[in-house]
Amino acid sequence: MSVFDKKHDYPGKLFIVEGVDGSGKSTQIDLLKKWLESEGYSVFFTVWNSSDLVKETTKDAKKKNLLTPTTFSLLHATDFADRLNYQIIPPLKAGMIVLADRYAYTAFARDVVRGVSPQWVRNLYSFAVKPDISFYFDVPIQTAVDRILSNRAEIKFHEAGMDMGLHMDTKESFKIFQGRILDEYKKMVDEFDLTVVDATNEIHDQQDIVRQKVQAALKGYSKKRTLYAKRAKVFWRKFTVS
Amino acid sequence: MPNEPKYFGESLPYLKPFQKKGLLIAIEGTDGCGRSTQLALLKNWLEVKGYAVVETGWARSNLMHKSLEMAKSGNMMDRMTFTLLYATDFADRFENLIIPALRSGHIVLIDRYIWTAMVRDVVRQSDPKWIRNMFSFALVPDLSLYMKIDIETLVPRVIEGGGMNYWEAGMDLHMGQDLFDSFVNYQVALISEYDKLAKEFDFETIDARKTVEEIRGDIREKVKALLDKAKPKK
Repeated sequence: MSVFDKKHDYPGKLFIVEGVDGSGKSTQIDLLKKWLESEGYSVFFTVWNSSDLVKETTKDAKKKNLLTPTTFSLLHATDFADRLNYQIIPPLKAGMIVLADRYAYTAFARDVVRGVSPQWVRNLYSFAVKPDISFYFDVPIQTAVDRILSNRAEIKFHEAGMDMGLHMDTKESFKIFQGRILDEYKKMVDEFDLTVVDATNEIHDQQDIVRQKVQAALKGYSKKRTLYAKRAKVFWRKFTVS
Repeated sequence: MPNEPKYFGESLPYLKPFQKKGLLIAIEGTDGCGRSTQLALLKNWLEVKGYAVVETGWARSNLMHKSLEMAKSGNMMDRMTFTLLYATDFADRFENLIIPALRSGHIVLIDRYIWTAMVRDVVRQSDPKWIRNMFSFALVPDLSLYMKIDIETLVPRVIEGGGMNYWEAGMDLHMGQDLFDSFVNYQVALISEYDKLAKEFDFETIDARKTVEEIRGDIREKVKALLDKAKPKK
């Protein structure tokens, strides 16, 4: 099944980053954001699994280990749909630059490793828009594991795929699980025309490449003038009923 | 009686193959057509006959309760998100309740099935292929009862039975100037979609305009036929 085969025709631009945990993608997108803002661009930023609608539900269910591969996948798709319609499409329509830390490809990699069908999960996300650039930070599994282990005291249960019964040891399980995710990402490079960045290079060198690609994609894009480029932007003010 | 389960599309890849010892009976129909009354009567009747019954219904999973309440209270307007929330709710009940109950030989009565999501979505002009693929892992029920009603009968029933609400009136679609017009137009659209699905998916249609007792009798007839058919041959 082909998804994302159509370019969006909104005046804004969408740039996203993908990669396994420890690939350094979040660092790179933060640096990209800093640069764009300093250049006077109006930037909107959205992160995987952060919608208020399902955040509590997901957190709670993960803690109690209540999720099956299918409900895990559907919950994340719900989060994505909510963010797409509140945080991605409206700013794109308003002509802004949207940066997303993880996109549907994360689901295509993780959920398939967890056991859902690749066609099914691709259909699930078929309503998403194709990003202008999808950066994929490619890193050997050992490097990713070393980075995570040196930066964190503990690996989270689901991050390590402990729910899948791959290995009794968290570190070993993490390595197997993330390795399989990495394989899925590699398959997607051609399928979705991902822009591969060698994430073993120095942070600064990687950022240079990212900025060059983004600059090229911004050719002909007209900057939206806002008064405060660096101020956090809210598109939709939710009302609360007490 | 054990038989091979039948799915609308592919079964979940990680689901271990199983023999279906129980029966799945779904009951569909628009808001206020009398589904829950009839389901309660049916459950009681089956239990008196000695069948173990498990009952479940739309939006009843513990997992999604909080998110669905949040969505319904008005902080969300997007159709796809709604559909995904309901699909998650369905999948949770499907894997954790319906499948285990069928494995162990229960009769599962389910108030609203995947068609509820389909009719609501189609009325809102979304891509029918998307939602059908999403629910392709669901089991085809052994019996799908469709309580068909008309708008003339429905309106007084709803007014007697607690009134119309925002979602039952499809207010997000702005199909009328006021609650009443919107309710009528929305429900007529839903009923017409149900009628289309009835042909495609072999629903057993029950005339829901009749009295509670008459409907109860009609449903028992259909269920009895299913039970007779499912009995092991001697």
